[in-house]
Amino acid sequence: MQHTAIALIELGAVFFGLGILGRLAWRIGVSPVPLYLIGGLAFGQGGLIPLTGIEPFTELASEIGVVLLLLLLGLEYSAAELVTGLRRSWSAGLIDVALNAAPGALVAVMLGWGPTAAIVLAGVTYISSSGIIAKVLGDLGRLGNRETPVVLSILVFEDLAMAVYLPILTALLAGVGLVGGLGTVGVSILAISLVLVLALRYGRYVSALVDSPDPEVFLLRLLGAALLVAGVAAQLQVSAAVGAFLLGIAISGSTATNATRMLTPLRDLFAAVFFVVFGLNTDPSAIPPVLPFALLLVVLTTTTKFVTGWLAARKQGIRRMGRARAGAALIARGEFSIVIAGLAVGSGAVTGQLAALSTTYVLLMAIIGPVAARVVEPVAQWAVNSRASART
Amino acid sequence: MTPLPGLGTQQEFTTGSGRRIGVITYRDGRMELIVSDPRDPDKICAATDLNGEETSTLANLLGAPQLVGKLTEQQREVTGVTTWQLPLVPGSPYDGRALGETEMRTRTSVSIVAVIRDGSVHPSPRPDFVFAGDDLVVMVGTAEGLRAANEILENG
Repeated sequence: MQHTAIALIELGAVFFGLGILGRLAWRIGVSPVPLYLIGGLAFGQGGLIPLTGIEPFTELASEIGVVLLLLLLGLEYSAAELVTGLRRSWSAGLIDVALNAAPGALVAVMLGWGPTAAIVLAGVTYISSSGIIAKVLGDLGRLGNRETPVVLSILVFEDLAMAVYLPILTALLAGVGLVGGLGTVGVSILAISLVLVLALRYGRYVSALVDSPDPEVFLLRLLGAALLVAGVAAQLQVSAAVGAFLLGIAISGSTATNATRMLTPLRDLFAAVFFVVFGLNTDPSAIPPVLPFALLLVVLTTTTKFVTGWLAARKQGIRRMGRARAGAALIARGEFSIVIAGLAVGSGAVTGQLAALSTTYVLLMAIIGPVAARVVEPVAQWAVNSRASART
Repeated sequence: MTPLPGLGTQQEFTTGSGRRIGVITYRDGRMELIVSDPRDPDKICAATDLNGEETSTLANLLGAPQLVGKLTEQQREVTGVTTWQLPLVPGSPYDGRALGETEMRTRTSVSIVAVIRDGSVHPSPRPDFVFAGDDLVVMVGTAEGLRAANEILENG
């Protein structure tokens, strides 16, 4: 068979398979991300069937997937929301960083993977999945609850933290020393502040630059701008993903709403490729040795995220049941943990086992998170009741 | 107002009985009415989507008595003038006829300031406004005039 024909058949089979997995995921009420990872694991390196000939496409497509994931994250929040969110949640946000980055770093050190891997794994365990959490809160009808603004503002803080973290990570992975690393941090903080000010004051001009009443022109301009900004950011060592995130923040108002509507299907497509490629590049035979550590991380970081949410909600004067709901809602990890691990593994600066550990961890957390959010109320109610009956 | 980053905003108040009632306004303009759980005020127990028309109907259902109250309040200063809200029963002689045909002001010196129909307020109705059964007619006048007006609406 012709080379192109094989590639098309393989790609078609992959997408069709993902479609079936995605349908299954929403039907059983979990995020499709873990299923895409499993799909990727089943094929490729060490999997059942090696896929060959589609790497040039999938490699670039998964890069675009990361850019689109972060662009849409930026579009989701307006600059004003980010600033007020930061003002309201900085103390809870710092507790979040301290409690949830530490377990990842600790396990990496325990495994003797070195400081860079420690920073990578810290990011993987820190960042909650805003995609999964927003979906779960909506599905469970909790958007009007008093703990929900607390949960959402923690997510806002995490996303801003990503904008500082990713450039540091990029610099470290590129092998830049401490001084160079500090330099890029300076550049990125400067860039973030600049973009926030720009977006607050002159957001409509940035929006006008990409906006067009014609959907075709709009899509091309938007995608073009995103890839340009991402590419330039990558060249400046500030990480392509952060460039796209900042562009997303700068685009505001109705342009942002339209852009989200237009790009969501594209994001879903390319992000799916990204998750599959991550799974493909992970050797399933590397999972059993790291499984105990993945389980340890699951137990530790489920607890620490729960405590984070509990404390943040308590600070806002929310009762115990609401605190428990806030804690459980935050547990899910997903797409951004894989983005971080993907950056690290792609650079080749960390051990391949990190991919296996991250995959296993995210697989578990993306499933445990929504389940925890669902069962927290009955479980907490049962705990309250049994304590009450023990007293009498 | 509480921002819900990425979704929209939420506005709410707490009632005397300790329940929160609020409205979530989503980015796309959709609105949702929320009511908190009596056992756990942090949690909502009821939520319903409302489109533009439904929100104004709800606002009028709740606001109509307020309108009459406000008018009464304003007219208290003018001695001898009060506001009444009278139903136009189905089958009244004016059911299906225009407001002008009642010749209300000429006959009783009473002014019809608003008509409330199906929860929506029609303020300052013109003489060509056509009455229907179950309309609530808001009128301003002297007590005597209003009694006469009631008589006209009922018996012609």
